[in-house]
Amino acid sequence: MAGIAVSTTINGDQAEFLCHPDETLLEVLRERLGLMGVKEGCGTGDCGACSIILDDRLVCSCLVLGAEAEGRRIATVEGMAQGDKLHPLQQKFLEHAALQCGICTPGFLIAAKDLLAKNPDPTEEEIRFGLAGNLCRCTGYDKIVRAVQDAASVMRGA
Amino acid sequence: MKRFTYTRAETVADAVAILADRPQAQFLAGGTNLVDLMKYDVERPDAIIDINSLPLKEIEELPDGGLRIGALASNSAVAYNAQIQARFPLLASAILAGASPQLRNAATTGGNLLQRTRCSYFYDPSTPCNKREPGSGCAAIGGLTRMHAILGASDKCIAVHPSDMCVALAALDATVEVVGPDSARDIAFGDFHRLPGDEPQRDNTLARDELVTGIRLEANRFAGHHTYLKLRDRLSYAFALVSVAAAMEIADGRIVDLRIALGGVAHRPWRDPLVEAEYAGAPAEDVTFQRVADRLLFEAKGLGGNDFKILLARKAIVRALRQAASGRPQSQTLKAIQ
Repeated sequence: MAGIAVSTTINGDQAEFLCHPDETLLEVLRERLGLMGVKEGCGTGDCGACSIILDDRLVCSCLVLGAEAEGRRIATVEGMAQGDKLHPLQQKFLEHAALQCGICTPGFLIAAKDLLAKNPDPTEEEIRFGLAGNLCRCTGYDKIVRAVQDAASVMRGA
Repeated sequence: MKRFTYTRAETVADAVAILADRPQAQFLAGGTNLVDLMKYDVERPDAIIDINSLPLKEIEELPDGGLRIGALASNSAVAYNAQIQARFPLLASAILAGASPQLRNAATTGGNLLQRTRCSYFYDPSTPCNKREPGSGCAAIGGLTRMHAILGASDKCIAVHPSDMCVALAALDATVEVVGPDSARDIAFGDFHRLPGDEPQRDNTLARDELVTGIRLEANRFAGHHTYLKLRDRLSYAFALVSVAAAMEIADGRIVDLRIALGGVAHRPWRDPLVEAEYAGAPAEDVTFQRVADRLLFEAKGLGGNDFKILLARKAIVRALRQAASGRPQSQTLKAIQ
């Protein structure tokens, strides 16, 4: 069977790939395009480790087919830093030690980026509600919440 | 996953025509329940028809004061829509009580109606399940029943419908718009989902060759007195043990119009319009609420592991009606039960 030809934009760059119908976007991003920041945790939409922003919507890439990416814009954790300069969320996750094993971290960063784009000054409750689709099994959530609060304050220029 | 072909439909007519040609095909919208079930080998379509390009995303006002929600409007788009929040806050609240941001962003209105039960035996192809494989038996009966039905179950299936959104739509008397190869029709929300009976493989009354295209909501006077109260094993991102969508219109301390639907207790959102009608005119106070609860739960039966749900449901109904009557709906972000 011929592959499906898909043309998309990833972190601002044009990208084209061929995939099978049954390949998820998560598989395409990791295995065909080498974007290893997108992690597979559960593969069924429960853990959020594979979170990406697809046309301005935070989604789990494990539940999207690669073929569905045609004509769409994708943002992954790889697009957050500018060269050597970390995104404020990345910097604050480091400073607050808001990670341990790190497999959930790219998903949290992308989810937090999406949250702050929609709500630059969230309350703690709103951060917890906004990050409810991302699971961390090492660190617990308090440090993550503090890191997001701190990054939000930096990003508001406060 | 079983191998399948992928086709993108560009129009509703196109989508329905492709489905008619492929008896094992399935429509793909948000994918948040279909793709995971395909990974579990529970759904095994040989063809996927991607309907995400269809023009069914709009939320539009109707001339009679109602709203029409396109079947492809995402759960987030509905929950954060200004018209929905102002005029149908019960619906917004129910949606925000469920799933996670990622899933609400992807999941669609039509797909939410069609999501399958989260019965863990249904999800496990190594166990018998009459819903997954008709005639194979039910491993849940005699198994772990904490999440299972207390109302309307059969000896073939005790699964519950998992949706929060649909519980609100049941209370709001929504209408489901569907299109088939030759005609379009409306299905009253109360007629859409079914009880398991002898055919638990059929979750609803949608015909095999039909596509859900939208939901209509009639104007109502419930915006001041409503709540969606969801009780679950943890406060976030879990399916309901019991949930209650309650709405009422109150004048001079008396109920003018009452709506109440339950989630997590049956194979479909559970509602009894006759009970609601009986309490029109009753004082909006605890004694009335307790009577409503007793009436709705009169035939409730536990299966051992879910016996607690009967008392939980009774208390949840009373609490939800109290929240609705007082005009203080349950917050879905600040999760303390009010």
